[in-house]
Parts: sequence; structure tokens; C-alpha cells
Amino acid sequence: MILTGNYAVSYGVKVARAEVVAAYPITPQTQIIEKLAELIAKGDLRAKYIRVESEHSAMAACIAAEACGARAFTATSSHGLAYMSELVFWAGMGRFPVTMAVVNRTLAPPWSIWNEHTDLLAQRDAGWVIMMCSSAQEAYDTAIQAFRIAEDERLLQPVMYGLDAFSLSHTAENVDLLDQSVVDGFLPKLDPAKLPVYMDPDNPITFGNLLGPDAMMEFRHLTKEAFDRAPAVIEQVAQEFSKISGRPQTGLFDDYRCSDAEVALVAIGASSGDAMDAADNLRDRGVRAGVIRLKAIRPFPGREVRERIGGVKAIAVVDRDYSYGFGGIIGGELSSCLKGGVHRYVAGLGGRDITIGDFEGMMDDALSKAERGEDAKEVWWGLKELA
Amino acid sequence: MFVELRLHGRGGQGIVTASEMLVEAATIDGYYGQSIPIFGAERRGAPVTASARISDQPIRRHSQIYNPDIVAVFDPLFLLRGEVTAGLKDSGEIVVNHRTQPDIKKYKVHIVDATRIAMENGLVVAGWAVVNTAMLGAIAKVLGTISKGALEKVVRMRWSGDLGDRNIRAALQAFGEVV
Repeated sequence: MILTGNYAVSYGVKVARAEVVAAYPITPQTQIIEKLAELIAKGDLRAKYIRVESEHSAMAACIAAEACGARAFTATSSHGLAYMSELVFWAGMGRFPVTMAVVNRTLAPPWSIWNEHTDLLAQRDAGWVIMMCSSAQEAYDTAIQAFRIAEDERLLQPVMYGLDAFSLSHTAENVDLLDQSVVDGFLPKLDPAKLPVYMDPDNPITFGNLLGPDAMMEFRHLTKEAFDRAPAVIEQVAQEFSKISGRPQTGLFDDYRCSDAEVALVAIGASSGDAMDAADNLRDRGVRAGVIRLKAIRPFPGREVRERIGGVKAIAVVDRDYSYGFGGIIGGELSSCLKGGVHRYVAGLGGRDITIGDFEGMMDDALSKAERGEDAKEVWWGLKELA
Repeated sequence: MFVELRLHGRGGQGIVTASEMLVEAATIDGYYGQSIPIFGAERRGAPVTASARISDQPIRRHSQIYNPDIVAVFDPLFLLRGEVTAGLKDSGEIVVNHRTQPDIKKYKVHIVDATRIAMENGLVVAGWAVVNTAMLGAIAKVLGTISKGALEKVVRMRWSGDLGDRNIRAALQAFGEVV
């Protein structure tokens, strides 16, 4: 069948048997919640739908649901995520295994409804596993795996995953759905006994109390250790999901034709497929090009990526995001893991399309600069002259 | 096989639905596809586009379509608009809701009287002929890769009963009439 990225997430959450869906239904909400509300109203998904008055409250409700041992989901976008931010940190630092889909949109002003990744990446220090989907099929598969990853006893951290606005959220493409029984075998019911915080009326406790400087570092270090274990959890869950679905899954990242590459481009999200098509075009004209598509942003697979492309002549990184006063976020993160320079391309801000030709141009540019021995520097790709 | 299409119509004419049904039908026949709505806000009556890719290989790209192989024009007046042929490949084809062959030399033009077909099948809402299923049938015929069976199935998935029957008749009639 064909499904938009939005509906693919809804059906993934349904088959994962979410028990609580809390959401603010007004702009910038997504069709993900609309479809889930419909599925719950029809009785196709037995879950409590909590209509709250803000995204801040949506995340509060999800945290409370998890504290009661219920599998919780929400979705949001841009300003909704920004407004939710305080509770995003609360879920991460409190280790509540909520999952959330984020349709990536540009933060205003000026107003925009189009694609940019800065909204998601601005939450990268909140203690969440953060992923980016590259197709509607992967959005469906990720919606299911996210619960397994979040609830894994080695991790117990929330998971959010991004979908590029419009190009993934609203584009309908082939999606194969799984039978409920297959998913039930993969994703058992949430066992409250393993949760770090479980509000059990028979065993009352308090949580969220003041913690002094004498113990906070040790408390934070527990979360750091959980994230040290996260890569293995993500890879294992991806492998097991490959088996039940019959579809190869990406754990941390995809390596597309990088083994003999002279130029490698690093991308995230829905346009990484265009980057791969661009790499094929370059190879057709004799340039050995490859692509690394990061699925996981947190944990950031820097060491693993370095092992694949550390020796490549030219590395290009594309950022559909920006940290003002610093640079593209993914480019910056990757630079910290690699020796030598990374050619950083800022592109597609505010939803401007990044075409296959653009990706080819970036790889050509990076390789020719590397061959001339020029220093790597940031380029705002396709920037127009102001009139 | 890799075909890119762009659909031109007015907001509310159901071009996104037509694009989705087209891709859905292609997938029933074993192809891969993408149905891409306009990236922005739609306004009823205003010119809008939707687009689609159909391929015998999985499609991993998500950029927009700039050089379509086929454009479908749901409103005959739109033929006067330059944007209809913008980027259309030199070998490209046009499928237009039109009674007579328009005077276009550069491209192969297929005509189908989708408005009449819609009216004949009682597909009229608020005085407006709903041409999307007729256009779907015509595009499917021009594409040559979508079976009548798949067409029937996708229309039936959207509309049941008498409305479904009338929409199927419109699609099949256009499939037969388009030249």
C-alpha cells in the first residue's frame, strides 16, 4: 500500500500498542495525531487519547503515563517542540521511555511551515535518543522500534525521530505493514517493574525531589552510561526487526558505496536518498563517491563513521540546520570526531529543495578543493544575492 | 521504467487524491511510487499542482519534480498558463481535460472530455464537475502500465456503493476515450 510518512508513523504506533497518546491538536500538530485519534475513536487501537492544552502538557501527560507503566506516544513539530522543551528535558533526565515523532519544520520568525532540522537538533542535549527517518517505510519501522529501544533495560531513555516536513510527512509512498502478531512477538508489553520511576499505589514513593551538588554528578553519570550502551541496543533492535520484517534495517547509519570512495557526503533525513542517487551519477562519470546517511544523531556514531570514511580524500557534510555563531550542527559534530577538515554545506534552510544536482555539485566542490589543497570552509549552498 | 508526472488543477478538484490513486494503482500492479502534494497551503479554486513518480525500482529520492515526462491538466483553461509545460521534457506528453485537440505543436497532447464524463456519471458537487477519477483513467491509459483492474480497486478503496460505481465508470470511460 502507499502511505504518507505521517500515516506510516500512526500505523506503526498502532501496531506497537501505545497505551496513551497525549497531544495538543492545533497547529503545529501533524496528521500523525489526527489518524491516531481516528484509530482510537474507532476502537482499532485500545489507548487513552488525552487532548491537552499545549505541547508542554502533552509531554507532561506522557511522562505521567510512563510513570504509571503505560506506553506513551506524542507527536509535534517546530514551535510545538520548542514549547515542549522543558518537559523534553524532564523526560530525558528522568529516564521516562516516551517516544515521539517530530515533523521537522522551520522555527519562526519569519513564519514558515517548511522543512528544516534545527527544531529537532536544538533538543539534542535533552537525554533523548534522536533519529532521522529517510522514507515512509522507515518511519513505520522506526515508530515500532523506538519503543523497544526506549524500553530496553540497558537504556531506558526516551526516543524521538524526525520526518522532513512535506517531502516525507506528506509524500505517499510504498509501505509494507506488519501483522499484529509479528509485532507482538517483537515488542512485549511494557513491564513497569523495570522502569526507573514507577508509581505503584502498593509501594508509594516520591520522585523528582531536590538533589544537591553532592550527588547530581553521579546521577547524571548513570544517564551517560545508559547512552554508552545505546549504540549496541539500537543495532541489536535493528537486527531483530530485520528478521521479523524481512526488510534490512539501519541501526546507527548507512554506508552507501564508501569503501573505495574518494569523496564521501554525510547527510540525514529524506534527502539522503537523493544524495545516494547523486553518488551513483558521480560514479557514472568516474568519480568514486559515497554517502553516509546518519540515522542516529544521539547517540552520535562519530567513531563508527570515522572508521568508514576517516581516510577518504574529501568529506562533505550537508546541514539543513544552523547553530548561529558556530555553523551547521552535523558538520560541527562530525568535525569533532574526524582528523582534518570537513567541507561543510548549509543547504535547504526554510524548506528550499536540495536536488540531486545540488548534491553532485557539493561532492564535486569538496573533492576539487581537497585536490587543490584548499582549506575546508563553510558554504551556504545556492545562496542568492540580495537585490 | 521511471516516470515522473505533474498534475495541474484547482484547489478542491482532487488532484492530490488523483495522484495518490494513480500511485496506489501502480503499486497494486507491482510498481513503486511516490505521490507528492504541493508543499504548502492549498486554496480552493486557486491553481495547484501535485506530482508523482512511478518506477519498477524502489524510489529513494524525495526532491521535487522539475522535468516531468507527463503533465496532466484538469482544467482546460490552464493550457494557457506557461507553468503547465515548464520543465516538461522535450519527449514529454500532455493529458488534458479538453473537448478538442488544442493547438500545441511541441508536445504530444492527449485529450479526454473529463468534464462531460464526470457529468454523465453524476459526479457533480455544488455545480462543479468532479473530474479526478476520469482524469485518473485517462492518465492511466497514457501511462500504459496500469491495469483496469487496479484502477477499479483504488477507486473502490475510496468510495463504496453507488458513488464508487459511478467513479469507476468515469475512470474506465476516460480510459477508453482518451486519444
